[in-house]
Amino acid sequence: MLTCSRVTRTFGAVEALRDVSLSVAEGERVALLGHNGAGKSTLMKTILALIPATSGEIRVAGAAPGDRAAREATAYLPENAAFHPALTGREQIALYLRLRGEPASKAGSLLERVGLEQAADRRIGTYSKGMRQRVGLAQALIGRPRLMVLDEPTSGLDPVSRREFYAILADLARDGTAILLSSHALTEVEARTDRIAILSKGRLVANDTLANLRREAGLPIHIQVAARPETVGDVARRLDGTRVNGVRVDLTCAHGDKLSRLGQIAGLGGMIEDVEVIPPSLEDLYTHFSRRADQ
Amino acid sequence: MTRVMAGAGSEIRIAMRNRWVAIAVAMMALFALVLSAAGSAPTGQIGADKLSVTVASLTSLAVYLVPLLALLMSFDAVAGEIERGTLPLILTYPVSRGEILAGKFLAHLAVLGIALLAGYGVAAVAAFAFDPGAAAGLPALVRLLLSSLLLGAAFLGAGYAVSAVSRRPGAAAGAAIGLWLVFVVLYDLGLLAAVVADGGGAFTTGVFPWLLLANPADAFRLYNLAASEAAGAAAGVAGAAQTIPPALALSLLLVWAAGGFALALLAFRRVRP
Repeated sequence: MLTCSRVTRTFGAVEALRDVSLSVAEGERVALLGHNGAGKSTLMKTILALIPATSGEIRVAGAAPGDRAAREATAYLPENAAFHPALTGREQIALYLRLRGEPASKAGSLLERVGLEQAADRRIGTYSKGMRQRVGLAQALIGRPRLMVLDEPTSGLDPVSRREFYAILADLARDGTAILLSSHALTEVEARTDRIAILSKGRLVANDTLANLRREAGLPIHIQVAARPETVGDVARRLDGTRVNGVRVDLTCAHGDKLSRLGQIAGLGGMIEDVEVIPPSLEDLYTHFSRRADQ
Repeated sequence: MTRVMAGAGSEIRIAMRNRWVAIAVAMMALFALVLSAAGSAPTGQIGADKLSVTVASLTSLAVYLVPLLALLMSFDAVAGEIERGTLPLILTYPVSRGEILAGKFLAHLAVLGIALLAGYGVAAVAAFAFDPGAAAGLPALVRLLLSSLLLGAAFLGAGYAVSAVSRRPGAAAGAAIGLWLVFVVLYDLGLLAAVVADGGGAFTTGVFPWLLLANPADAFRLYNLAASEAAGAAAGVAGAAQTIPPALALSLLLVWAAGGFALALLAFRRVRP
């Protein structure tokens, strides 16, 4: 649905994007991660033809970005979605519907879908940031888009709204919509996207599923063993781990040693109360890939 | 076309919410009333009907007020969208920049039209109240209304262009005021100074009338005075008005209106959100 091949964008001497190749297939959700200024928004804006690429090629639904076919297929949610404060939510969505050739009467159901039915007839000037973000999401849902480009979509949303938001995305992906979203909240994209792409200083430094990235990074796995006050010293000695407090022992091991280590722990039987395996977090992976690219 | 109308509908709603419609209507009606009251004395001496005289004074009023209203409505059009951050999203929609601009243009022209109808309507009612023969001035009033819309269109376009080039509402407002001063006030003052210095020479007879046409505000004035039988009521440029046929002044006004929009589109196309 979306293919970027060797996309470069320079602003004067600054390379905002360098040789970025990335694609998003139908029904796939790809999270685009990176520091501030890593090029996430620039990449999204070149995909949307808001700024042209210096070199490289982008295809959106088989068309060049900015072509009417590409625009009709694409929905965009900008970072900090803004609207005219004098219009009501319903009027604003009605305008967007008509610009996409859809009847304005659909505004009510769209606003209901994002939980704004109560505020639909109030002016957007009175909305909170989270409510404006929902208006932004509502306009992005117009006309079953085939590609969604979402720039920091959950900023300003409370945890419950975030969950609802990702539920909507899951529905769309199930219907075949390709979704590219950027986020700072790594933990929330961890479970809710199919692939992770990491940008660092304009270069794509990682682009794979979370499991594959974990394997490739080879970061150590943390195991937390909870013992009892009277056994904790013994457990720490036998497992060669670090005693953290009165009951807990921490271990780290490589991905390949995980099962044998767990076997060892299971062998201790009644000496331990509980065991927890903590794989490297997305934060760890993100730091790993960003740092590796710097070297 | 549905996209243009969608944008226009939304803009009219915004203009009503922002009290722009009310302000424009009140301004035009108030000034028209004042002019009607002030112009009720000299009718007898001129010998024209009351409405024709009113149209002549409305022409001098419109030259100042119509460009001002048009610029006030248009300076925020692009710069305001940039400032609010609403421009990038709308540009990703399957709608061209020309369609976006045309929507705003139609809405603002409609608001201007409502204000002009109210103002000129008040003046016409006042004229008919004092002079039963005022119907003779109706064609002049219609000409004034249509040419006022063209003048407004020219300055709406210029306002959008300024808005797109400035990118910030504050700067755009300053530039719009500058534009108004130059085209409506300073241009005429400069020409007047040149005519006085020339003392009735080749400049006054040969170049001056054409320089008047090079400014939409003067083309508007020329058209209405040349076409009106009451030109004598507001002499001044009457001499020039006789050199230039009204049809030419009107077509130049049309060119200005179209040129303003073309200029605006050119400037808007260069805006990178």
